[in-house]
Amino acid sequence: MELPLLVALREDGSLDPALAPALQNEDLLVLFRNMLLLRALDEKAINLQRSGRIGFYVPCTGQEAMEIGSGFALKEGDWIFPSYRDHGVALLRGYPLATLVGQLFGNASDAMKGRQMPNHWCDRSINLVSVSSPVATQLPQAVGAAYAAKLRGEKVAAIVYFGDGGSSTGAFHVAMNFAGVYRTPTVFFCGNNQYAISLPVSRQTASDSIARKADAYGFEGVRVDGNDVLAVTKVTRDALARAREGGGPTLIEAVTYRMGPHSTSDDPTRYRSEEEIAEWAKRDPVRRFTEYLQKAGVVDGVEAANRAEEAREEVLRAVKECEGAPPVPPESLVEDVYAEMPWHLIEQRKWLPHAEE
Amino acid sequence: MPVMTLIQAINAALSGEMERNPAVVLLGEDIGNSGGVFRATEGLWERFGPERVMDTPLAEAGILGMAIGMALNGLRPVAEIQFADFIYPAFDQIVSELAKFRYRSAGQFPAPVVIRAPSGGGIGGGLYHSQSPEAYFVHTAGLTVVMPSTPADGKGLLVSAMRSPDPVIFLEPKALYRTAKGEVPEGEYDVPLGKAHTVREGTDVSVISYGAMVPVAEGAAAEAEKEGVSVEITDLRTLWPLDVEAVDRSVQKTGRAVVLHEAPRTCGFGAELATLVQERSFLHLKAPVARVTGFDTPFPYALEKIYLPDVRRTLDAVRGAVNF
Repeated sequence: MELPLLVALREDGSLDPALAPALQNEDLLVLFRNMLLLRALDEKAINLQRSGRIGFYVPCTGQEAMEIGSGFALKEGDWIFPSYRDHGVALLRGYPLATLVGQLFGNASDAMKGRQMPNHWCDRSINLVSVSSPVATQLPQAVGAAYAAKLRGEKVAAIVYFGDGGSSTGAFHVAMNFAGVYRTPTVFFCGNNQYAISLPVSRQTASDSIARKADAYGFEGVRVDGNDVLAVTKVTRDALARAREGGGPTLIEAVTYRMGPHSTSDDPTRYRSEEEIAEWAKRDPVRRFTEYLQKAGVVDGVEAANRAEEAREEVLRAVKECEGAPPVPPESLVEDVYAEMPWHLIEQRKWLPHAEE
Repeated sequence: MPVMTLIQAINAALSGEMERNPAVVLLGEDIGNSGGVFRATEGLWERFGPERVMDTPLAEAGILGMAIGMALNGLRPVAEIQFADFIYPAFDQIVSELAKFRYRSAGQFPAPVVIRAPSGGGIGGGLYHSQSPEAYFVHTAGLTVVMPSTPADGKGLLVSAMRSPDPVIFLEPKALYRTAKGEVPEGEYDVPLGKAHTVREGTDVSVISYGAMVPVAEGAAAEAEKEGVSVEITDLRTLWPLDVEAVDRSVQKTGRAVVLHEAPRTCGFGAELATLVQERSFLHLKAPVARVTGFDTPFPYALEKIYLPDVRRTLDAVRGAVNF
């Protein structure tokens, strides 16, 4: 039997009380603000790339609800192992927008010294672990970080993000298996956005869901409507709470849709239809949540529009702040390879332009 | 000072550091109740418990991935790969992740993991229990690669590895686990990383080696002495970052260099050593730099003794350098 898809925000705009998290209006506005910010950031970043001002970008348009809902469920001290499409959770956890935008420019405003392509953020102060491009390598790492917390008796959890494509990797299997064996406080958060670049999920796995796979590892898997920010918040909160209390790992499959390209280098018209995109656009998570907030009387239409405009302005300010920063200094090329610079890198430093003896 | 084998010294290093530092956690296959297939962790599971001496499911990528996460979150994991030949499933975690964490996070997320792996031939292990994979890791920026050749160094270098701020690939010459015996200082004892050791002073030829080939170099040096040739032996101990000054010093003194390792020849670590010698000591050289290595073949089972460099081949190279 197929696992049920958990939905809080019904199609008619009403709320299923059993799946709605306990949230105050101010919480709803935090969710709203961050979803708008994420949408605005993606729009601006795509434009920056198209006009040659940044080299590359990975948008998460269409996935704002799963990003922001899961991020909102986290508590201080929890560990976050994101993929390159999870800037939403970073923003929600307090990653400064200007630091995030600085990384896109890869100049001196990039806290990571321009080391990686755009979308590879990190921040030690909020346990936001450095992103790499190989898919799903972060999964077993999240098991290890959770194990360390458990060993020290800390009530924190580690959440790890990946996509439907990531669920095919060996790293997914070993991580799920290790987490099950050691019952680590790990939440595996799969954003099933239907495509791994061009390959649809139906050709990624013969299983009827990704959440189902948790069965084989001895813990629970849940399917949640990934375009429903409230259901995602509730399901992630429950999973994190269980993890912190020693109840072991959970696999969450957030069923969503990548409305944009895989990256700015991708042309999705090659592998999916206009009809399909239009069908999913009806379930646009930002519009859906906006409609709910208006219906619930949290914001009116004017305020919603104003807030969207504010988000766009905030992104523009961050871009303005970062774009003019000087280039990364050449010396940084050979820094941070080791804790102390070894002799061979000291020698290689002499190859740098304008290097002094 | 007590006399120990190399495997006993490894065990002493682990137990001592676990005693001193509660963040040290061991993980690997069969390392708990069974004490490891070579007994490197014997007695530690009983002493420190299964949470700090973790028997893992059989998956090297999981062991390494998990170790990285543990290190990011404040532990000092020491991962055992049962044989260095089985390290390849973890290659992605080591090369894409472990080695690059500090760099890609601009220093925010160092991952100080120690990976212990029994390396090299000499025990009848055939293709898959004999390999010497050090060159892959020396080639990967961000890793420290260490290989001891004596029990005292086994203890002291492993203690330093467990205190290093950088990830360390700690290759243990399994052929020496029980054949190498020697005095090992008791209590807290460390040998600094990045410092070579002059095993034997000499004036005519420098043999540069590490791990299980150091005793072979000593055998060749004893034979050479009978022929009136004085051999100096440098045991690198840390392969990378290399103690290049020790290599310079020895080669510039003798004017002849033989590099000796059991890994295959082509693109082996010896190729890098030979290049460094010619780049840095060219005008001191009286002969071409010679390499004595394993063959460019998979590691053989029946012909292991022929595959491995021995006194005969090393002595030939020494003579060749002197008579050039």
